Amino acid sequence: MTDDKDVLRDVWFGRIPTCFTLYQDEITEREAEPYYLLLPRVSYLTLVTDKVKKHFEKVMRQEDISEIWFEYEGTPLKWHYPIGLLFDLLASSSALPWNITVHFKSFPEKDLLHCPSKDVIEAHFMSCVKEADALKHKSQVINEMQKKDHKQLWMGLQNDRFDQFWAINRKLMEYPAEENGFRYIPFRIYQTTTERPFIRQLFRPVATDDQLHTLGDLLKEVCPSAVAPEDGEKKNQVRIHGIEPVLETPLQWLREHLSHPDNFLHIRIIPQPAD
Amino acid sequence: MPSSELWAVDLFGRVFTLSTAGQQWELCRDAQLEFKRVSAAAPCCWGIACDNQVYVRVGASDVPIRCREEAYENQRWNPMGGFCEALLPSDRWPWSDVSGLQHRPLDGVALPSPHWEWESDWYVDENFGGEPTEKGGWTYAIDFPHTYTRDKKWNSCVRRRRWTRYRRYKSRDTWAKIPSEDDPQQLPDPFSDLSVGGWEITDEPVGRLSVWAVSLQGKVWYREDVSHSNPEGSSWSLVDTPGEAVQISCGPHDLLWVSLWEGQALVREGINRNNPKGSSWSVVEPPTSENGILHVSAGVGVVWAITKDRKVWFRRGVNSHNPCGTSWIEMVGEMMMVNVGLNDQVWGIGWTDRALYFRHGVTQSELSGKTWKAIVAGRECDGSRAGSLSSLLSAGCFFGDEVRGGGESRVPSDSEAERPGPDPERDVEVAGPASTPAELPWTNIDLKEPKKGPRHAAADFPEGTNLSSLALLPLGLEEPDSADCHALWAWVSGGGCAVEAHTTLKWFTAHSGLRASMQMLSLPITPAQTAAWRKQIFQQLTERTQRELENFRHYEQAVEQSVWVKTGALQWWCDWKPHKWVDVRVALEQFTGHDGVRDSILFIYYMIHEEKKYIHVFLNEVTALVPVLNEAKHSFAVYTPERTRQRWPVRLAAATEQDMSDWLALLNLCCCESRRVHGRPSPQAIWSVTCKGDIFVSEPSPDLEAPERWLPCDQMFWRQMGGHLRVVEANSRGVVWGIGYDHTAWVYTGGYGGGCFQGLASSTSNIYTQSDVKCVYIYENQRWNPVTGYTSRGLPTDRYMWSDATGLQECTKASTKPPSLQWAWVSDWFVDFSVPGGTDQEGWQYASDFPALYHGHKTMKDFVRRRRWTRKCKLVTSGPWLEVAPIALGDVSIIPETPGAHGSGPGIALWAVSDKGDVLCRLGVCELNPAGSSWLHVGTDQPFASVSIGGCYQVWAVARDGSAFYRGSVSPSKPAGLGHRQQSPGEPQPEPGNCVSPHGCAAPGAQGAGLGLWHRGGLGSPVRPGQCHQGPQELIPGDGRQAQRGAGPPQWALEGGRCPAGDPQSRLLLRPLPLTWSRTGAWSLPGALPLGKRAHEGPLSPGHPQTASALPPKEKWLWGSGWLCLDLISSQSKIRKRGFLSKVKEGVGRLEISAGEGRLLPRVGRALLGWSEDGGAARGCEKLSKCRVRVTVVGPQPALPLMGLGAGGSFYIGSCRRGWGGWRPAERGLEASARSRALGRHPPGSPTPSGQLLSCFFFFKSEKGPIWCSLKLASHSRTRCPGVIGAHVPSPLILRWIELTASFPGVPVRRARLCTVLWCSVCRPEADSKEVSLGSPPEGHWREPVASAFASSPGGGTGRRESGGSAQAKQVKGRVGGALLSVYTRGCQVSPSGHHRFFCGSALSSCCDSLVSPCPLSRATVSPPCGAPTADLLSLTEPSRFLGCFIQ
Repeated sequence: MTDDKDVLRDVWFGRIPTCFTLYQDEITEREAEPYYLLLPRVSYLTLVTDKVKKHFEKVMRQEDISEIWFEYEGTPLKWHYPIGLLFDLLASSSALPWNITVHFKSFPEKDLLHCPSKDVIEAHFMSCVKEADALKHKSQVINEMQKKDHKQLWMGLQNDRFDQFWAINRKLMEYPAEENGFRYIPFRIYQTTTERPFIRQLFRPVATDDQLHTLGDLLKEVCPSAVAPEDGEKKNQVRIHGIEPVLETPLQWLREHLSHPDNFLHIRIIPQPAD
Repeated sequence: MPSSELWAVDLFGRVFTLSTAGQQWELCRDAQLEFKRVSAAAPCCWGIACDNQVYVRVGASDVPIRCREEAYENQRWNPMGGFCEALLPSDRWPWSDVSGLQHRPLDGVALPSPHWEWESDWYVDENFGGEPTEKGGWTYAIDFPHTYTRDKKWNSCVRRRRWTRYRRYKSRDTWAKIPSEDDPQQLPDPFSDLSVGGWEITDEPVGRLSVWAVSLQGKVWYREDVSHSNPEGSSWSLVDTPGEAVQISCGPHDLLWVSLWEGQALVREGINRNNPKGSSWSVVEPPTSENGILHVSAGVGVVWAITKDRKVWFRRGVNSHNPCGTSWIEMVGEMMMVNVGLNDQVWGIGWTDRALYFRHGVTQSELSGKTWKAIVAGRECDGSRAGSLSSLLSAGCFFGDEVRGGGESRVPSDSEAERPGPDPERDVEVAGPASTPAELPWTNIDLKEPKKGPRHAAADFPEGTNLSSLALLPLGLEEPDSADCHALWAWVSGGGCAVEAHTTLKWFTAHSGLRASMQMLSLPITPAQTAAWRKQIFQQLTERTQRELENFRHYEQAVEQSVWVKTGALQWWCDWKPHKWVDVRVALEQFTGHDGVRDSILFIYYMIHEEKKYIHVFLNEVTALVPVLNEAKHSFAVYTPERTRQRWPVRLAAATEQDMSDWLALLNLCCCESRRVHGRPSPQAIWSVTCKGDIFVSEPSPDLEAPERWLPCDQMFWRQMGGHLRVVEANSRGVVWGIGYDHTAWVYTGGYGGGCFQGLASSTSNIYTQSDVKCVYIYENQRWNPVTGYTSRGLPTDRYMWSDATGLQECTKASTKPPSLQWAWVSDWFVDFSVPGGTDQEGWQYASDFPALYHGHKTMKDFVRRRRWTRKCKLVTSGPWLEVAPIALGDVSIIPETPGAHGSGPGIALWAVSDKGDVLCRLGVCELNPAGSSWLHVGTDQPFASVSIGGCYQVWAVARDGSAFYRGSVSPSKPAGLGHRQQSPGEPQPEPGNCVSPHGCAAPGAQGAGLGLWHRGGLGSPVRPGQCHQGPQELIPGDGRQAQRGAGPPQWALEGGRCPAGDPQSRLLLRPLPLTWSRTGAWSLPGALPLGKRAHEGPLSPGHPQTASALPPKEKWLWGSGWLCLDLISSQSKIRKRGFLSKVKEGVGRLEISAGEGRLLPRVGRALLGWSEDGGAARGCEKLSKCRVRVTVVGPQPALPLMGLGAGGSFYIGSCRRGWGGWRPAERGLEASARSRALGRHPPGSPTPSGQLLSCFFFFKSEKGPIWCSLKLASHSRTRCPGVIGAHVPSPLILRWIELTASFPGVPVRRARLCTVLWCSVCRPEADSKEVSLGSPPEGHWREPVASAFASSPGGGTGRRESGGSAQAKQVKGRVGGALLSVYTRGCQVSPSGHHRFFCGSALSSCCDSLVSPCPLSRATVSPPCGAPTADLLSLTEPSRFLGCFIQ
């Protein structure tokens, strides 16, 4: 049987083939060729698109260059969501590669956060990690870490170094043996259909009767609409990292193995494709 | 940790047991017996039944309780009739006991009770102190009370021999009635209370139990002679008491408390090892005068009591020195009785509710515990519910409500095993309507409603309260049932119930019971149910990767792999001046190479003379990372091939343990990554342990044998596994067993990591807690002086008065520390009585002066004495190991490879010797169940020390007295072989039951030459070449002789036949006659060849004078040839002069040599490998005064390479060929033996040996550090024999033990394969031109093990041999297992199928020749010439048939 550790690797090394094209209205000096890239699912758009930026800046006039942003089929892509999440939410049913349009003009202030530098991403990432740990361990673990450990987490993500990241991150995944899991499961549920960006609540991995909660339990509790009624037709897909775990999967296991580097379990609920 | 059991009696007198691992009471079924009281110890339980009789129930075990009865037959010589039974009137009886004082005719020896049965009939014991006697087992003396010798001398006037017979205790796992006294006066009144204890004070080897009882009249009785070999004891003896006793309690150690009618307690004083009955009573007053003591219970250091007002009291300050304690403390609760069990844990029965309570929180520091917790485990009364609850729980944790009712559904399946496995369909289907749940194994129906139905249906089960499941139900429903089915208890005994602080018990509530089981099941691998979702996730991930990545791999990666640097501060051992730890900065740089392979460099920056410098290590060159936890520092050593050669590993130390394991895990991960070693080791992996108990594993590359990809052994990468073992044994099918220092057997679970490897370096499942216990010994030395007697004041020249075993180190009780930081003391110092050589009653051993032999009794000439103190220390770690309970092992051996069975076929043969010396064979071992199922006990005449199974089911064993045994007829179908005793040569023996039929088969010539060529028939069907060429040529010089035949079948023929052509030497060969072989079989002893030839006396290396005291090179090692793997140890470097392999008087077993200080611990063994320690091994080894030798005979070569470690730490190698053998120090390279001809007899002018590697004999380590190996080369030239040379092999590690292997290509042994590679690496000239000089005359060589027929008659078969067939070639090269080897044959032809067929002549003897030949034949199957189906070699009984050997 394959080891659970392999899941971590699979999750980490998930890649989305992407084709970047420059928005047609952007003014260029010469024709901008599309740029193909394998994007790490667990990373952030602005963190891994230096090459894209360089590529398109070459064909543009210096004065036209302002902050880069990305859009897919009219939706501006939030850089502060993990790439895999964006893909699953918006484009999981479309054909690969994922076609992303690159913009330099008219930054959608309403939809997107500015990302002037990588420090911003780091700050966002670390705050996610801390928030997750607050849920999991009342922030005990993250607070006990040294600054360099925090840095190592971030550098691991930035440099796509699995070992480097997990050497620290495993401490965040531990819990005392006498308990069955974390205090609360840090999760976020994203739905395309609602206005709310995502749902998050306090949810314990273990029920009061010591039963391990499953993914189904979670959804029933926080997002009943996502779960198909017993007899009803399945309307939604529950996706994590591009896969659909069965609802019986224990939440704690999911949490330990399918979390994003920011320590959150990002669950997306998307309508069942009509096929 | 193995489960143990709590015993209890309910109000109806039924006895129940509750396992520490279980959740349900199990009824102890027996023939309608009802009990009043029980008292349990680990191996047995005593009880008083309602018929007022005492019963003992001895637990079933795979090891029988056997007891030897013996009688001596005495004879005196008289001039008329020689030796006869007519003795002088003043003599002893003709049949007597050993002292001669008691008449003991054979038929007068009766079984002590009906619970015993005879195992066999009387037979003569021919083993005299480990040596075989001559015919009939007689030993001779001048007169009767005298020293007996095995040789008859001119003045031998009397002789005697010993008859032995075994009886076996048969009433296991059943209540055996203790026979009441014959004399009714003795025991007038029935017993009212009984208590078992005292096993700690007379632990091994005595193993006594103290059984105390109180009779109705208030008298106290003691049962004499209760021990594990005599579970019933012999008689009751009265112990006077000052008052009328009511109740008695005996602790596991030396506490004995009695409660009296008057309310006081009596405490027995003076109980010790030599006087388990104690000497006097003292009275302890009750806590309050108005309420006397009703009940007491004693533990190791605690006493609990109940007074008449039902209050519970704890006695403070109780210990061995003050058994009365100091004062009473009142505890909470009202109890009817309390019982103190192992580890001072306490159980009680509540006064009001009669419920069973366990005292929670009892630890060594808090003996009184914290709270009473009720045990509400369910009771299994009809057996059908055994597995239902657990299956419910395993299902329940993932299915929530749905399955919760399952426990009530009267699951029909008996056990977990029968429950349907992972069945995804079931998961879906179970959502059916609420039908009768009884039919369903378990359902997801909410059973809250129907649950009452089934329970009421269980009419045969009135109190069938599955309490743990009840607790899940709403209270209202529960009450009516639980009221009348609540178990009411009368008595409880925890004397056999081991509960430790960390033990998780599932007894208490259903609630916590459920949680406990869930914790276990939350391991994703255990519950079958998880497989569905888990499998889906794995599958989907794979699909996702496929979908999203497969067609886009040419895309650019978004993130370029960059360099990652981890830095930190460590300490580094500066190996030059100033030779100390210096603070360094270290940095690990990890980068990705162009080929995508990660690589890493470790930089160590240090300052020397104000100058910044650094050293660096490429992690892809690292061969081993060895944690070194001594010197109170958390350090580790980093080895690379280069540094191994320089003997200078990089040693780094971290400030904390956590820091060290972080670094170690990270470095290990990097190394593994760069070597692409991942996950669980392959079945072919090579396992080893260090002398510190660390476990390492090396992965052989798949193309090991490809000659172009030789891997030098110093470049083997060793990866650490978690856990702690003393011995590890692996076979090529992935079955790995180990033995801890505390003799616990462990089996490898298939995980990796553990120990200090956490996180990614460790697998999530299959890692379990492992603990080990080791003893630390110190010696108290005293010298006698005329005035004061023995005092601790020695002469100025004497050793320290508190010292280690050698006397060189001072070791006081206070200053002695556990071996390393991992260990913690778990006991106090105590006197050790189980010292080799025996002790007196206080543990002293006497000697005339200090470095001398110690004996256990004082004589006039003794001026010094010493005694050994022991303290136990314990280590707790984790690793991929599971305990194989319950039998502790001393040695284990796994068949290297089951021939021809890869991934299938029969079970894997695994043999072991228990720590008590029983030989055991494990049944049911296979890849899927490496732990096997049960032990099969193999009866022996004496305790054994070591066992070894080689290829082709050759089982050899060494007894504790040094005799060697071979086990016949072991095969997959008969895993334990046949027969069980040693047979003397020559004479027909009395028929020992159904064991062996009398027969004899000694050739007179062989006898005349002193050869005991013994066999016992029954070597049945697959007689292997190893046995076949048993008869050495040297043994019968001159004419061939016909064998003498024994009386009845089966028989062996000894056939001496002069080979007509070319070979002047006669042969002796064993051949089974075509008879039925099913009946017989035996241990046979082919060894003991006291031959006249002197062993080679090798000159000692002048550079190392200390080796002079090492293994005496004059000693001979003599034994027969065969496939033999033996482990011999002598604690005093005493090698026996003649006879068996070795005289091992004491300290047998795989003796611990290097307790603490010794660095170098050789273990020379059957198949490769040696192991390691940090850099300082060479320094420590001079101190070794003990010797361990392992002898190995492998493969069909007649020469037996063997190895020994001298006291000076130097290695000796030796060879034994056809009966002679010799030692020479290995230090100077294998010096040429005068008698060895292998190389010396090469035709003059012939080139030095070169050519293809044939095999490797062994590796050994010289005291200087370098590792040497002996090579055997197969030359291409037909006329030249394969040669053997020695070569230096740089090794990454200092060997701890070395295993020896030889070409054994008959079976593709992985060890041999490995050796081949190691060899090859040495052979390769460019590997290290300085050290391997194949071009120059070798420094030494082995006696070439090729049959001398070939050596002496190059040209091979002539004459008749060739006439056997259409010979086409004299020699054929074939490939066996990938290695080219030369085959010498008498003749050859190519069969129609393309195989080479070898005709070995017309006689079977010739056939044996070819098997003795250097050709390690692969599957030496033999076929009749006409192409009929291949037959087993030796089933071919017609001597005139052709034999063919297929080289595949």
